[in-house]
Amino acid sequence: MPVKFLEFLNPQGLEPSNLEIAVMALEKITQVKGRGVAVTGDDIDTDRIIPARFMKCVTFDGLGEYVFFDVRNYEDGSQREHPLNEERFAGASILVSGNNFGCGSSREHAPQAIYRAGFRAVIAEGFAEIFFGNSTQLGMPCVTAAKADLEGLRSAIDADPDIEISIDLDAKQISYGDKAIACDIREGARSALVNGKWDPIQDLIDGADEVAGVVDNLAYMAGK
Amino acid sequence: MAKNLFEKVWEAHAVRELPNGQTQLLIGTHLIHEVTSPQAFGMLREKGIPVKYPNRTFATVDHIVPTNEVQEPYSDPLAQAMIEELRKNCAETNVTFFDTNTGKQGIVHIVGPEQGITQPGTTIACGDSHTSTHGAFGAIAFGIGTSQVRDVLATQTMALNKLKVRRINVDGQLAPGVYAKDVILHIIRTLGVNGGTGYAYEYAGEVFDNFSMEERMTVCNMSIEGGARVGYVNPDETTFAYLEGRPYAPKGADWEVAVERWKGFASDPDCSYDDVVNIRAEDIGPTVTWGINPGQGVFIDERIPSVEEGATASERESIAEALEHMQFEGGTPIKGVEVDVAFLGSCTNGRLSDLEEVAKYLQGKKVNPRVKAICVPGSQVVAKIAMEKGLDKIFTEAGFEWRAAGCSMCLAMNPDKLVGDQLSASSSNRNFKGRQGSVTGRTLLMSPLMVAAAAVTGEVADAREVFGILEPAGA
Ligand code: SF4
Repeated sequence: MPVKFLEFLNPQGLEPSNLEIAVMALEKITQVKGRGVAVTGDDIDTDRIIPARFMKCVTFDGLGEYVFFDVRNYEDGSQREHPLNEERFAGASILVSGNNFGCGSSREHAPQAIYRAGFRAVIAEGFAEIFFGNSTQLGMPCVTAAKADLEGLRSAIDADPDIEISIDLDAKQISYGDKAIACDIREGARSALVNGKWDPIQDLIDGADEVAGVVDNLAYMAGK
Repeated sequence: MAKNLFEKVWEAHAVRELPNGQTQLLIGTHLIHEVTSPQAFGMLREKGIPVKYPNRTFATVDHIVPTNEVQEPYSDPLAQAMIEELRKNCAETNVTFFDTNTGKQGIVHIVGPEQGITQPGTTIACGDSHTSTHGAFGAIAFGIGTSQVRDVLATQTMALNKLKVRRINVDGQLAPGVYAKDVILHIIRTLGVNGGTGYAYEYAGEVFDNFSMEERMTVCNMSIEGGARVGYVNPDETTFAYLEGRPYAPKGADWEVAVERWKGFASDPDCSYDDVVNIRAEDIGPTVTWGINPGQGVFIDERIPSVEEGATASERESIAEALEHMQFEGGTPIKGVEVDVAFLGSCTNGRLSDLEEVAKYLQGKKVNPRVKAICVPGSQVVAKIAMEKGLDKIFTEAGFEWRAAGCSMCLAMNPDKLVGDQLSASSSNRNFKGRQGSVTGRTLLMSPLMVAAAAVTGEVADAREVFGILEPAGA
């Protein structure tokens, strides 16, 4: 199987150093640890996470700078009051929010901006479908927790921004200080993350023969 | 065993179960645009992976194209760079590109159906959440992220979890002046902006049976605003009649075979669903959103809710946040609120029938001089037919600006933007804060004819009164 994969990958005979990038094993993500910051509210949409004008780009590089731009800045460029502008939360890598987080567009620019701003996990009451999938595929776990537990977590972060938060995807638990709360994540996504299978491209490529079989059975694939 | 359309299409396209438990699903038709594809091509290039089935990907340019200048280079160098990047990517990989000089360019969700690329019983993906539009044809159509665009380019497949299916029946007759847009705004208001999470919506019932393809597309388009990634209508004679003769539709003997095949994908009469919701058409009125998510809507004769009306603490919080942004006072009527901008267009309501319906009533009327009104056909094909029918003249004589095809003021990626806290009556699909290009800008979603009524009167108005649309005799 690996041989076939390599041939497929390397039709142009790339240098081995380039090939390594493609076949590099993915990290097994079972635990995310870091400091947190809370952006409160339900239905935080992708336009708010990354305003559309910053999507005029052909790479995702540099998007981190613009995360939540319009809720963090006034139109004249001066800063609004926002947790992401507060010095005490600088360096946080776990984002905490409300229900239906990431609703709106399918733009991967949204999770990319969050990821590139230094976040490695999002904890919320609930996630919009496409955002959840996009984040998982980046290796950024999105876990849900009960509303009351989230309140507690938010107050703890507010009281001590340096408190270490640890998300354990095996135990489905978030711990901070001397507290532990339950969290949840769809099993498919969880197992993909903990098994280092969160980016499915290699598995998809490996299925090429079976794909060809399905294609042959579908007349419209031949324009009929 | 009786099956619904979702299950049948899923089974016909399922390749295998992946080690992570997801399904590898064949995506027969892949649509791309300039915003969410360049990074995907970049990832493939970086890894030396070719596009596997280039003849099954179709590209167009819509989000960044200016609608008030057609000559390149565009005044915005970033927009120019993006269109050039797409051109280059398509040329290098042999992907068909409906470029601006083809006469076929337009919003991706208008171009696909118009060209006959969107067909029943197929799977469709596009790096755009309104891909659900294509479900109007009985296809399973997903909005995807850029990494999945990469996956589809590389393998023509992606990894997915199966969705549950909720059937939404809308039976009865819609009153005159009530449109497909009102139906979907009402569904979202009823089921909530995240009510559809984990579901595909199957829209059915008398109202959908009687709807044209363009009306079905308007509803399916906004499935995602209700949290449902997929929305569809079962294919029927209306579907086939729309597709016959379109450039990419099967031809000759293949046509008959295809129609028979397509019929077989419709949900079986006795199949089961994970959930069923029934809505009466008579309960739906012209709807206008008053807040900052598409579920915050009221009928034209209702009042804007006040904070106390929220059933839960978080609902009260979101009403308060919306009222603050919209600068509205809870408890006041939506009717009569002054508007600054009227936007007619988008993948929700920028099709020929939308423009025709408005033109029918706009003739002889004038846009209120305080209002900036723009009409943006969804594609070059729509623009051409509309102009052949003289609709552009009706719009310009009334005081609308007539623009070139594109996403325009639906979102802020081209020169069409709100300024400051302007209030916009818009036929588009999202009223999020900042959506139309100004952080403090405000959006009211409504049907195209309601946009026209707002343009003419300068305020949120009941189109039935403004244009003298009467209840049918005996009603
Ligand atoms: S018209 Fe609006 S919603 Fe539709 S594709 Fe363009 S930007 Fe997206």
